[in-house]
Amino acid sequence: MAEFLAHYNYWAAIVLAMIGLFAVIARGNLIKKLIGLSLFQTAVFLLFITIGKITGATAPIVGAGFTLYSNPLPHVLILTAIVVSVSTLAVGLALTVAIRRAYGSTEEDEIQHKDRVPERE
Amino acid sequence: MDRKEGRRAIEIYINIVLLFFLVATGLAAVLLRNLLASAMLLGIYGLLMAALWVVLDAVDVAFTEAAVGAGITTVLMLLAIALTERHEKRPSRPPYLALLAALVTGGALVYATGGMPAFGDAAAPAHRHVAPEYIARALDETGVPNVVTAVLASYRGFDTLGEVTVIFTAGMGVLLLIGVGARRRKEGGGS
Amino acid sequence: MKDYMLLRIISKMLIPFILLFGLYVQMHGDYGPGGGFQAGVIFAAAFILYAIVFEVETARRVAPMAVLATAACIGVLLDGGVGVAGMIGGGNFLEYGALAHDPRHGNHLGITLIELGVGITVAAVMMIVYYSFAGRR
Repeated sequence: MAEFLAHYNYWAAIVLAMIGLFAVIARGNLIKKLIGLSLFQTAVFLLFITIGKITGATAPIVGAGFTLYSNPLPHVLILTAIVVSVSTLAVGLALTVAIRRAYGSTEEDEIQHKDRVPERE
Repeated sequence: MDRKEGRRAIEIYINIVLLFFLVATGLAAVLLRNLLASAMLLGIYGLLMAALWVVLDAVDVAFTEAAVGAGITTVLMLLAIALTERHEKRPSRPPYLALLAALVTGGALVYATGGMPAFGDAAAPAHRHVAPEYIARALDETGVPNVVTAVLASYRGFDTLGEVTVIFTAGMGVLLLIGVGARRRKEGGGS
Repeated sequence: MKDYMLLRIISKMLIPFILLFGLYVQMHGDYGPGGGFQAGVIFAAAFILYAIVFEVETARRVAPMAVLATAACIGVLLDGGVGVAGMIGGGNFLEYGALAHDPRHGNHLGITLIELGVGITVAAVMMIVYYSFAGRR
């Protein structure tokens, strides 16, 4: 039972990732898709940081009186990934705004419909 | 010893409570039709995530997440929603296929966690390669006690250079898509 | 949002402290939590708060887009330049040991410069992104 319960952090990451995946597939709204994508991203961050955690350890800042530190490597990777994720999110939102200007909509169905049926007809 | 055990138990409780809140806000952010409410929930989600990072010893990540996830992301989302639409339309087809895909993928991943080391296990493979070296040598080699900063800027400096380039490129992309580039095109095209 | 007196005064009082905190995080990243990525975002947040309360056009006069675009480039070039400086000093690309006589000091100097470059680029890009979104309509 203890062995079974030792993975709940991973499961939470998986649940969050699947909520994000569901939003990306099921929702037609482009902004909603981006929200789903950022949920998926944070789920991956959670997975990495969970792997780096050691029970009873402290934050990886070397100081007197501490010997056990959590793994700093995932922290480095995720720290940069968070700032990159907001930059890429900004690019996605900018594309959405540009699409809205060109098509007058942010719904996937309507955009595809407009692509199939040219406006001149 | 007893006090240490108690502190660990509290850490685990806080962790589980935060995870529940995260799943609840994430689910609500996806299910709500009002995009403005979704963006607000995403901000709360970022703040909860920052709290969780502190519990998981990732203080530098918590710092970044609190500034980015709860701050900048929400502002950008709100601005983008102000420029597009506030409400999401109902999708034309029911989402059964997406639900199935998410459940099957999720099930497979949960099954795969059986092969992962237990949460917080100090003997996990991830902690036995370069990480102990970084912790043991960072202060002597660089004079920087914060191992995260030492690894970020020195041991993995090439990685950071790449990330900075990505951020720079993303900024220029936004500028060309809806900033200077769009304005110039608008003036030139006359529409 | 210029008409809300409370908001205007409180944000005017807070902005210098946010900027100062950003600089503190930038400089203190070696010894505690913090560093270029966090400092850049915090520094940009102060300007974004200013732009939200006092209109984007006012903020543009304080930090024009051309300055920000140049700053973003300077940050990336500083990071790359530190790498090349290591090569000139006789080491590999991004090897800071060659930057000073003592490799330990060289490493510390290299880390400080790289973090500075990261901070400048991140702050500039965040402001560019905000200006681009808020400047439309």
